[in-house]
Amino acid sequence: MTATAPDGARSFRWRRRSVLPGFGLSMGYTIAYLSLIVLIPLAGLGIRSASLGWDQFWKIAFDQRVVSALQLSFGAALIAAIINTVFGVLVAWVLVRYRFPGRRWLDAAVDLPFALPTAVAGIALATLYAPNGPFGMILDDWFGIKVGFTSTGVVMALIFVGLPFVVRTVQPVLEEIDRETEEVAATLGARRWRTVTRVIFPALFPAILTGFALSFARGVGEYGSVIFIASNLPYQSEIAPLLIIIKLEEHNYAGATAIATIMLVISFAMLFVINLLQAWSRKWFGHE
Amino acid sequence: MVLIAVSLGFLGLMLIAPLLVVFVEAFSRGLGVYFDALALPDTMAALQLTLLVAVIAVPANLVFGVAAAWLIAKFDFKGKAFLLTLIDLPFAVSPVVSGLIFVLLFGANSALGPVLDSYGIKVLFAVPGIVIATIFITFPFIARELIPLMQQQGSSEEEAAVSLGASGWRTFFQVTLPNVKWGLLYGVLLCNARAMGEFGAVSVVSGHIRGVTNTLPLHIEILYNDNKAAAAFAVASLLAMLALVTLAVKTLLEARFAGEIAAQRRH
Amino acid sequence: MRLKLVALAASLALAACGGQTNAGGEISLLNVSYDPTRELYEEFNADFSANYKTPEGKTVKVNMSHGGSGKQTRSVIDGLDADVVTLALQNDIDLIAKETGKIPADWRTKLPANSAPYTSTIVFLVRAGNPKNIKDWNDLTLPGVGVITPNPKTSGGARWNYLAAWAYASKQFVGDEAKIKEFVGALYKNVLKLDSGARGSTVTFTQQGTGDVLITWENEGFLTLDEQGADKYQIVYPSLSIRAEPPVAVVVGNAEKKGPEQVAVAEAYLKHLYEPAGQRIVAKHYYRPNDPSAADPADIARLQPVEMVTIDDPLFGGWAQAQPKHFDDGGLYDQIFTAR
Repeated sequence: MTATAPDGARSFRWRRRSVLPGFGLSMGYTIAYLSLIVLIPLAGLGIRSASLGWDQFWKIAFDQRVVSALQLSFGAALIAAIINTVFGVLVAWVLVRYRFPGRRWLDAAVDLPFALPTAVAGIALATLYAPNGPFGMILDDWFGIKVGFTSTGVVMALIFVGLPFVVRTVQPVLEEIDRETEEVAATLGARRWRTVTRVIFPALFPAILTGFALSFARGVGEYGSVIFIASNLPYQSEIAPLLIIIKLEEHNYAGATAIATIMLVISFAMLFVINLLQAWSRKWFGHE
Repeated sequence: MVLIAVSLGFLGLMLIAPLLVVFVEAFSRGLGVYFDALALPDTMAALQLTLLVAVIAVPANLVFGVAAAWLIAKFDFKGKAFLLTLIDLPFAVSPVVSGLIFVLLFGANSALGPVLDSYGIKVLFAVPGIVIATIFITFPFIARELIPLMQQQGSSEEEAAVSLGASGWRTFFQVTLPNVKWGLLYGVLLCNARAMGEFGAVSVVSGHIRGVTNTLPLHIEILYNDNKAAAAFAVASLLAMLALVTLAVKTLLEARFAGEIAAQRRH
Repeated sequence: MRLKLVALAASLALAACGGQTNAGGEISLLNVSYDPTRELYEEFNADFSANYKTPEGKTVKVNMSHGGSGKQTRSVIDGLDADVVTLALQNDIDLIAKETGKIPADWRTKLPANSAPYTSTIVFLVRAGNPKNIKDWNDLTLPGVGVITPNPKTSGGARWNYLAAWAYASKQFVGDEAKIKEFVGALYKNVLKLDSGARGSTVTFTQQGTGDVLITWENEGFLTLDEQGADKYQIVYPSLSIRAEPPVAVVVGNAEKKGPEQVAVAEAYLKHLYEPAGQRIVAKHYYRPNDPSAADPADIARLQPVEMVTIDDPLFGGWAQAQPKHFDDGGLYDQIFTAR
């Protein structure tokens, strides 16, 4: 943050004084709307699962099938988020630092997974990677890799839905970093790699972290695109959201609520840590 | 060069190929089938419902997004990271869980459902439920787009305006809004695209009544399962085109106003 | 904020018109059904609407909702405003009756033949020429055979599939439960994809070219031959199958709220399924009508005779016993999937 007063000694006041009006209104509206749309409904979920009692809750949570579904959801989302982070930073770098024909359109294409309905993405991916699909056949014949209807397929779908997050969080920051800073570093004799690790990376770090977290969080919960490309077999490629749907359709609200709560708590904790880390790294690296 | 090639390859494989599949399959049985699928009364009804949902959900989240961004970017207060996390929360909640919470809240076995029902108000398996679930899913989009932008711009301009005697609203409309309009527009476009494309959550609360509570994405699934793959992809291509138009508008605006946008970023 | 007010007004207006209103001379009826009946009810509804008028002369428009039988059951219990349910299993309607009280507990006695206007059975669909030479249930357990069947947790048809396999194994192993479990477990080890409904499995098997054999409804098998080409697939009848009895019922509690007229229409709608015209349409869509004499003999001739057990066989003891024993959380179906 640039314009507000620099971070000084910690104030005991709840908020720092500002000359700008609208704190009450914007705070009130934000909290009210947030409560109405997000918090109260989610609290309903909490209350339902609290009424389960610990015994029952743990029994559901540590059921083997639930554990393996959660493992798959979080594991596949992690792998997808890592792949997306690597390629996302690369894509952002290329989009910002190089000029080539079609760059602008490529830039626009990155948002496609945001805009394309997940069900459409799922059907399209399943068509591509099914054993008789163009990619599925090539991968299977040449490399013996089966994608459609396996957990690899799950990762594939999650890469698709999570891709824009990293690119879109890293790109603006990368644009911000003055070339000057780099040039200064270079003229001062820093080698290119050193420039990257010492100057660019620290500045990018918070953005990469956010992108990674969002991509991961999105992947954990993804349903629409995955069910088309996964085999949905228990212990193999049954994701946690599917298990929630199954429990729901078995009329097992307790089970559905418990799994939903576990996912929610983990995701929330993760987002919170990331947001804290970000605030910390902003201070630490002194960027933004 | 290698970097460009790798990026292009990755994006081509992961993004462009699925998009191509949609269009290839859509036209695989000829133009006749394509337009027949779009002209079906159920498709039309689904399109109308989808538009209606977006028309309500997007403005609701727009107002919230602006208020939340103003709060977070212009003021310092305790618990900000926590509040930010809460705003991000719908990103992290599985769409299926989002649907589930509204079933728990408004279902026939909930506390609220029967009360509303006795007044003749239907939420679940009717349009209001679909609207609420969509608002939930698209909740953070505009706020998330605006917050970093406004944080980066800081509040020196607004402070100057206020100290010169401008009212709060005037400062907002004449200083802040022009400064963030491109970010705002981008947020609205994305929010809109997501609102029209949501599947998981809406699928749980919709009831799938043909021609009544089917949105376009649900209708696509139905057509796909009706052994009408070409028709399903035809409707899907409609949504894909919407996505493309969204992105094209954004790109063109950026190209046209590149200088202005860059200037904003540098504030 | 003007926008906020507009949004608020719009959502209020929506909430207000959310309740169902019957426009002028038309009554709308909502039929909540299971997955593979889409084509059947498309034709049947048209026939009913063309031939039925209420005593006041109003016409009827039938709205449809299709999905896995379990999913549809849940929706009705959670408040989906169905006037009639036409589901895959007696157990699903029992559940609605028990959970909501909107259907009388003795609903099976309200219409002939235990409220099942038609029956069907479970068959195999294989690729043309039957390359894996699949003839009976035991071929489905062989290594290297890819099986497609929906998820019994969410699909009614899938439960019939599972029970048919169980019945076959029970006959093979003379009721030795350990061996039956092993057999059914081997079969499900060959499953490549569990879709949530019967139609999803058909799409996986045909459009995505996955698997060697699809276990499915007889009607769904024939429909696939019609739609995808009889030269691409063929139907194999196993030596033993199960008689599936998809039942129907009026959701009295929902219909009553809209007035006595609505109940009368819903009842007439279901009765029409039993009338000769209804039975004829049922047979045309490859279901087995209760009254074959009403159907086109050519339609009946397409369906092969096959030995069938019923759910009321002592082996299963009716849905009241079979459902908890096999399909509830931790039941036999869950047990055959062990962590790998």
